[in-house]
Amino acid sequence: MNIHEYQGKEILRSYDVSVPVGKPAFSVEEAANVAKELDSKVIVVKAQIHAGGRGKAGGVKIAKSIDEVKNYAKELLGKVLVTKQTGPEGKKVNRLLVETGCKIKKELYLSFTVDRTTAQTVMIGSEAGGMEIEEVASYTPEKILKEYIDPFIGLAPFQARRMAFRLNIEPALVNKAAALMMGLYRVFVDKDCSLAETNPFVLTEDGNVMALDIKLNFDDSALYRHKDITELRDESEEDSKEREAAALGLNYVNLGGNVACMVNGAGLAMATVDIIKHYGGEPANFLDVGGQGSAEDDAKAFKIMTEDGQAKGIFVNIFGGINKCDIIAEGIIEANKMLDLKIPIVVRLDGTNVKEGREILRKANIPNVIMVESMTEGAKKVVELVKDA
Amino acid sequence: MGIFIDKNTKVIVQGITGKQALFHTDNMLKYGTKIVAGVTPGKGGQVVEGVPVFNTVAEAKKKTGANASVIFVPAKFAADSILEAINAELDTVVCITEHIPVQDMIKVRHYLKGKKTRMIGPNCPGIMTTDECNIGIIPGSIHKKGHVGIISRSGTLTYEAMYQMTNAGIGQTTIIGIGGDPVKGTDFIDALEAFNKDNETEAVLMIGEIGGNAEEDAAAWIHANMKKPVAAFISGRQAPPGKRMGHAGAIISGGKGSAADKIKALNAAGIEVADTVAHMGETMVKTLKKAGIYDECHNC
Repeated sequence: MNIHEYQGKEILRSYDVSVPVGKPAFSVEEAANVAKELDSKVIVVKAQIHAGGRGKAGGVKIAKSIDEVKNYAKELLGKVLVTKQTGPEGKKVNRLLVETGCKIKKELYLSFTVDRTTAQTVMIGSEAGGMEIEEVASYTPEKILKEYIDPFIGLAPFQARRMAFRLNIEPALVNKAAALMMGLYRVFVDKDCSLAETNPFVLTEDGNVMALDIKLNFDDSALYRHKDITELRDESEEDSKEREAAALGLNYVNLGGNVACMVNGAGLAMATVDIIKHYGGEPANFLDVGGQGSAEDDAKAFKIMTEDGQAKGIFVNIFGGINKCDIIAEGIIEANKMLDLKIPIVVRLDGTNVKEGREILRKANIPNVIMVESMTEGAKKVVELVKDA
Repeated sequence: MGIFIDKNTKVIVQGITGKQALFHTDNMLKYGTKIVAGVTPGKGGQVVEGVPVFNTVAEAKKKTGANASVIFVPAKFAADSILEAINAELDTVVCITEHIPVQDMIKVRHYLKGKKTRMIGPNCPGIMTTDECNIGIIPGSIHKKGHVGIISRSGTLTYEAMYQMTNAGIGQTTIIGIGGDPVKGTDFIDALEAFNKDNETEAVLMIGEIGGNAEEDAAAWIHANMKKPVAAFISGRQAPPGKRMGHAGAIISGGKGSAADKIKALNAAGIEVADTVAHMGETMVKTLKKAGIYDECHNC
């Protein structure tokens, strides 16, 4: 789960990590009021969306007066911002962060994330602050500094100091920088983050060390123990159908093409998307019905996959391990009846109770349900049918 | 033979009184797995599916001589169950549970260091040494005993691979699902190392997916150490970057962990990668023929 920058900064403040003074605004008037309250010569107006790359896309504005704040707020609110991370469709700006500007002496990078290979949290620092860290890592890997953290000890102060010295932070500010690192690490662990990143964090001319931007991502599996975080969820930033499916315990991912894929298991979901593409099709989405669903659940799954009209055909690709092919077959019939589907449904069933499953479909004899013998045949068939549609 | 488990493995089911656990305990028993005990705190003394239930893993081990466990405990409590099993010094612990917080797994992995336990999972289908022992939720009807090992990050693709290989007349030694989470107990190299030493195993199929760089590391390891032929499949070729594709571990982040990178690394190590998920069996057959061991591995 993601949250907005202003929400992340609130969390940092509660951990005594220094961030610019500021508040969110949902309207031009509110933005102006926040700016007045801040009483600063330089005010920064930042679009709040769940995607990075806002600066380059024109989502961050520097204002020198209240009038400028108003103009920028007017310009940004309601605007669709297209950044490197939003995809071509972009994201609509509904919220702003209005905060005081500062005089920057040096920009740096710092993050905490989980290193899979060592199964440890790793602190990553770089003097190449304010840039895309992925690019820094691939073109100048020597500029990426790491400290691996013992989970039973946590980030040790000497590690934070060592990082600060390696980042060539002036000695007078090393303790402040180390404190920022310790604070951000506590946020990372306490809130079960999958990423806690400040890019940049800055040394200011008046001798401060501050997180100028912050990105916090949270481990979905740990949200059950963080009610405070789930309350920050901004549903307008999420795919409504992915949310609807999640509420049913189903795993749905929207992909934009015209072949809907109903599968069981995440690995098979990805592999099905791949095979559709391999034979020249464009997957609209995949929906993973998981290990055990009832016929009604399957019917709901079909509804989610087809209700926006984007899908011109459905590929049901099920290998019955725990879930049984006969239950899936009943689900298909049920769904077709309930939703009065007109588009072709190509069905590949294999594994547990496959004979019974195929028999049920054969007896039902539904014109738009096409049974195939293999996955390859099914993928080719659905791609062909969708092309003709 | 096979790896990690065999006909002598005695298994505890942790969380045995849950609905899913009961269902799969029944299946495992039908397969012939020696399920000797169950553990549910507070339900010690009960008997379910003919299996005695104990309050703690240590007690279950002491009373029954169990040396392995399988965990069906809900995600909130699963990491604690793994710790309990490691603490009881079991040889093998298989965790089926999905959605365990990553921070919990980091602690588990740290606790595992220097301990004797081999931990498999979490978020995995389990492990089967054909016709000897089946621990977890792998269906007991699609395998064939033989000489090829399977290692997979995905549950359903494990079954697909078994089914395709069985249909092609290629039998299996041990099938191991290592799980789809970013932090796990056993990775490709651990299993490859074991298959390399196993006398019964002649070749290995590895099924990877996007996210992380375990496949790239495995490719390098295979190139340097593996004496047996390996074939592979990677899912997620078409996954958009930054999108979580069902598995917590399956996300391409920072331009790393893409299928293209993995396939390139595997090919560079001389490993053939199946074009689509439907070609896993075929690719294995091709690899066996190329190595000149098809006849030994076919309908043996």
